[in-house]
Amino acid sequence: MQLLEQILNGITLGSIYALIAIGYTMVYGVIGMINFAHGEVYMVGAFVGLIVMTILSSIGASLVPVYLIAMLLIAILVSSVLGWSIERVAYRPLRGKHRLIPLISAIGMSFFLQNFMQLSQGPRPFAVKQLIPGSFTVSESFSISYMQILIPVVTLVFMVLFTYFISKTKLGVACRATEQDRRMANLLGINTDTIISVIFVIGASLAAVAGVLVSLYYGTVRDTMGFIIGIKAFTAAVLGGIGSIPGAMLGGFVLGFTESFASAYIGGDYKDIVSFVLLLLILLVLPSGLLGKAEIEKV
Amino acid sequence: MKQNFQNAIIATVLSFVLLSLTIGGLIQVEGIETTVVARPWYVVIGCTIVFIIQLFRDQLVFVFKGFGNVLKTLVRAEQIAEHAIQLKGSDRFNPLFYLTVLICLSVYPFIVSDKLWIGMFIDIYIYILLALGLNIVVGYAGLLNLGYIAFYAVGAYTYGILNHFYDFSFWLALPLSGMTAALAGIILGFPVLRLRGDYLAIVTLGFGQVLVILLRNLGSITGGPDGIGSIDRPTMFGIEFSRRAKEGGVPFHEFFGLEYNSIIKDFFFYFLALALVIFTIYVISRLVKMPIGRSWEALREDETACKSLGINSTSVKLSAFAISSFFAGLAGCFFAAKQRHISPESFEFIESVIVLAIVVMGGMGSTIGIILAAIFVAVLKDYSQDLQEYRMLIFSLILIVMMIWRPRGLFPATRPFIKLQNRQKSQECGC
Repeated sequence: MQLLEQILNGITLGSIYALIAIGYTMVYGVIGMINFAHGEVYMVGAFVGLIVMTILSSIGASLVPVYLIAMLLIAILVSSVLGWSIERVAYRPLRGKHRLIPLISAIGMSFFLQNFMQLSQGPRPFAVKQLIPGSFTVSESFSISYMQILIPVVTLVFMVLFTYFISKTKLGVACRATEQDRRMANLLGINTDTIISVIFVIGASLAAVAGVLVSLYYGTVRDTMGFIIGIKAFTAAVLGGIGSIPGAMLGGFVLGFTESFASAYIGGDYKDIVSFVLLLLILLVLPSGLLGKAEIEKV
Repeated sequence: MKQNFQNAIIATVLSFVLLSLTIGGLIQVEGIETTVVARPWYVVIGCTIVFIIQLFRDQLVFVFKGFGNVLKTLVRAEQIAEHAIQLKGSDRFNPLFYLTVLICLSVYPFIVSDKLWIGMFIDIYIYILLALGLNIVVGYAGLLNLGYIAFYAVGAYTYGILNHFYDFSFWLALPLSGMTAALAGIILGFPVLRLRGDYLAIVTLGFGQVLVILLRNLGSITGGPDGIGSIDRPTMFGIEFSRRAKEGGVPFHEFFGLEYNSIIKDFFFYFLALALVIFTIYVISRLVKMPIGRSWEALREDETACKSLGINSTSVKLSAFAISSFFAGLAGCFFAAKQRHISPESFEFIESVIVLAIVVMGGMGSTIGIILAAIFVAVLKDYSQDLQEYRMLIFSLILIVMMIWRPRGLFPATRPFIKLQNRQKSQECGC
């Protein structure tokens, strides 16, 4: 039974990592930098979700779908604006500079957002009310909580939407073209600056979805929550092969499973270490990741 | 102006969306009841600031550019002055200037003779040590180490553990701490440095986190969250600085027949820190003139060209990483000896960001700039009560603004340049 439980945990955790990892991998694919502020976008998304939820409950809304949809949509809206502004303020002026420079700017941005949220809401965890309490009892020793079903379902919905967008729509094709060759795409009449903004917006929206789901699942939100999960989602992106979107999804789930098994069999204190060791191992053994292409640098 | 106005309106609308649902509502928890209190003024003020900045963007850019030009002139003037003083054939080294500085710094503790003011300078020296070490990796080799404080922690805990369990003295532990930190750097850097530089940033970031977790959880060795206490203070040739020496020893004040005064200990730490800083500056200034230092810089500028000239990029990067960690280890050992008590909370990620902010502000690769920035940051961090809450916000803004405005720092390193005689324009190489 414990095995089944860990598999479920792995799916839940993996969904979250996958959602966040997509943002990392897309940004890395297009402009070749690690967007350190991505984890903080996720944190802001979670906070917005909590605020919307509290406002709704003070108005007296009672339908669960209303809560869920309002929280997700508003969190996506705010995070998209945030993602767009981050790119505009901290990264766009630095395009074409030495690659160290946007990295430092990104770490500054991440730190800025974390401290901004800390100053505006306070450096303590906030409890999130259980939206869908209860669970689905299979047997005496094994039950699946409704949240554990909801998270993969919502993730699946957004993954499908996202896959449709990236593979079928014109904007999605432009995104992929920019990712493959930015200069060529520019020559063919794609405004690559706009596309980069679009990529940041999409990444931020998916991170916001993850933020709302996590806050509902674990029942707390706090200012430092984005930091560790940012590193982990990046690990997932590297694991799947950075720059590859299906890779990010796969990597997220692999990391989720590894972590839930590790915390069950090694101990919860060390579960953050597991993902780090995994990152080191991948970089040592398989730097291009599971689905990534080996990087060839042309001169 | 019209364009700016349009932009300003758009930016204001966006910041309204951003602010109203983050800072605009304060989450309040009373018992099990959670409510949101609206704070419209915060949103209004935030939006107004954004509006004004966007509207007067051109003017702001102009002001920043002007300020940058002033700095540039200052740096030039300093170069010219240095050139004028410089004796023929000497290697950009002006003994008179350095001697004056050294004498001032040596006299300083006796003049102020106050624990607080001496302590402030000791803190500044620790930051200078850390920043100079980080500068090797970030400034010279062009790699980003975001877990630098972890190596500082390795150094501090090396001394703490060796002293606690095996009674190692400070002077024996000092080089060992440096070497342990360097070894940790090599072990961590080896798998990563073969790859593109960005991975190093995230791996070091993760290492910093993991180390703090390990320090908290390995209670039997590291003392867990409480850390290690009552670490021995360093001695001077076996003379101790406490009121009473351990069995068989003679305390400093008795040895010299002085009245016991606890400030003697602060003097000692002050000079110890100063000596470490001078040692570090000396070693680094030698290193960067050696082939290894030159290859760090060359590698930063163009990796492909270096490889084609036969430089082994991995080992050169690894050497930069190890040497930089070595200095962090030294600083950590000194820190442990000064505090006498170390715990994981002194080595949080925030500290890495602060040291990075010093390097970025001072000018990557510039020693003087880094010293000035370290003074500024250390004073802002520990000795400004009013700004206590906002200092982290300020540090993060420094990182972003500096990268956009002056990515090479306020006082960029002066590099050797060639003036072509028969052309009007002088050309700088590699800037």
